[in-house]
Amino acid sequence: MNLTLKIWRQKNNSDKGGFKDYKLGGVSKDMSFLEMLDVLNEELSAKGEDPVHFDHDCREGICGMCSLYINGKPHGPQQTTTCQLHMRSFNDGETITIEPWRAKAFPVLKDLVTDRSAFDRIIQAGGYVSVNTGGVPDANEIPIPKTIAEMAMDAAQCIGCGACVAACKNASAMLFTSAKVSQLALLPQGQVERKTRAEKMVAQMDAEGFGACTNTGACEAECPKGISITNIARMNREYFSAVVSSQNV
Amino acid sequence: MSWVSKTLKSTLGQKLLMALTGLFLILFLVVHLIGNLQLLLPDNGESFNLYAESMAQNPLIRVVSIGNFAFILLHVVYSIMLSRYNKSSRPIDYAMSKASTNSSWSSRNMGILGTIILIFLLVHLKGFYYEIKFGEMPMVDYEGVTYKNVFAIVAAAYSNVLYVAFYVVAMGFLGFHLSHGFASAFQTLGLNHVKYSPLIQKVGFGFAIVVPALFALIPIVMYIQSL
Ligand code: HEM
Ligand code: FES
Repeated sequence: MNLTLKIWRQKNNSDKGGFKDYKLGGVSKDMSFLEMLDVLNEELSAKGEDPVHFDHDCREGICGMCSLYINGKPHGPQQTTTCQLHMRSFNDGETITIEPWRAKAFPVLKDLVTDRSAFDRIIQAGGYVSVNTGGVPDANEIPIPKTIAEMAMDAAQCIGCGACVAACKNASAMLFTSAKVSQLALLPQGQVERKTRAEKMVAQMDAEGFGACTNTGACEAECPKGISITNIARMNREYFSAVVSSQNV
Repeated sequence: MSWVSKTLKSTLGQKLLMALTGLFLILFLVVHLIGNLQLLLPDNGESFNLYAESMAQNPLIRVVSIGNFAFILLHVVYSIMLSRYNKSSRPIDYAMSKASTNSSWSSRNMGILGTIILIFLLVHLKGFYYEIKFGEMPMVDYEGVTYKNVFAIVAAAYSNVLYVAFYVVAMGFLGFHLSHGFASAFQTLGLNHVKYSPLIQKVGFGFAIVVPALFALIPIVMYIQSL
């Protein structure tokens, strides 16, 4: 395959940045999208040019580190992570536009790499449970109905990649935050901090400058892990019931 | 900052106000529609005029009417605040976006739809509410009692084809606003459940078509009658 790549290049956070076009030949349909970018970067390095910076880690679709807004969609045309996207999803001769996630809360560090530590701070605000020290508790000591366990596991699928924020017209982090709130609110282990968690995580989400939710559903449609917006409704319930009943005046 | 104002300043709190005021306006639409459909009764406006008078006299309706204005204002003010905040959350836009593949047009353009509805509301209030309350009204007698002939000014307005067209088009936009807003409000309130959400979505879809269509039917029929 021969491709034209229209890639966002930006030296650092204070640089204005802009698109640069690259021609790339000899791309195999079986390559992953990131491998295709590796080939481009080898060519650029050989020419002494600065390679295109992009985030990646596991390349197995489980870590949530890869990003990229490809041809107008987060993680490209398939509902998967960019590392699991293959070049067979594109056509020979195609021009592919590659941009970083766009959100005030995700500033661009370099090229396609954004700072997603805002998510970490939301988790730090309340995405944890208290556990006793001492011996490891027995498995299945706490009875949890299967349907509840499955709902919690579905929410826990979130890998925190930020595609929801990238897809949302408001750059809202409601799907991410709600998945984390839901996962813990559903389980008995999460009850101790339940109310404070909902309040603190929502407050942190707002403090980071993520937008509000308009319920467009774009996040759910683009989430590589299929996290449902029923979690957002649950977070809203958790939050509203927490603010009216918690001891935090 | 008290917990109440802190909550209402949060994104979720602002959305809560949008949803509650939106649902109130939906309820208002139903009541308003039932009243207006009396315009189509073949009695030269008698039942409509009597109804208009009884509404104007009813103290409860007057309180609700003030509430209604307040809720419209709240809905508009919060829609401006949220839209501006949401815009600021993405200072740099994408060069290429395929948003139409992941969300409906209405859901992405609630602000534009709302603005058109607001323009309609202002014209509508000036044309009817203001005229009826403060304008020179034609009068009519039923069984010796004199009433404001509201029917006459409505009929006069709806004999103008441009006015009728404006109404019909505005109702179209209201339909699109409701096609997203109705179900969206329930989601905002946290009411999403496997048992009820499919029904809420169906009712919302039907509501978004039937209610604006019936509203639009009134000026169309009255225009035809005026020919
Ligand atoms: C009869 C008139 C109206 C009705 C019945 C109505 C109803 C609704 C409902 C039910 C929602 C959904 C709330 C939610 O998502 O939780 C909504 C959202 C919205 N409305 Fe209205 N509305 C009306 C007029 C207006 C006007 C006049 C404006 C503005 C100028 C407006 C602007 C908006 C905006 C921007 C949203 C989306 C807010 C967001 O989620 O980001 N609406 N409306
Ligand atoms: S690199 Fe880990 S999910 Fe893509």
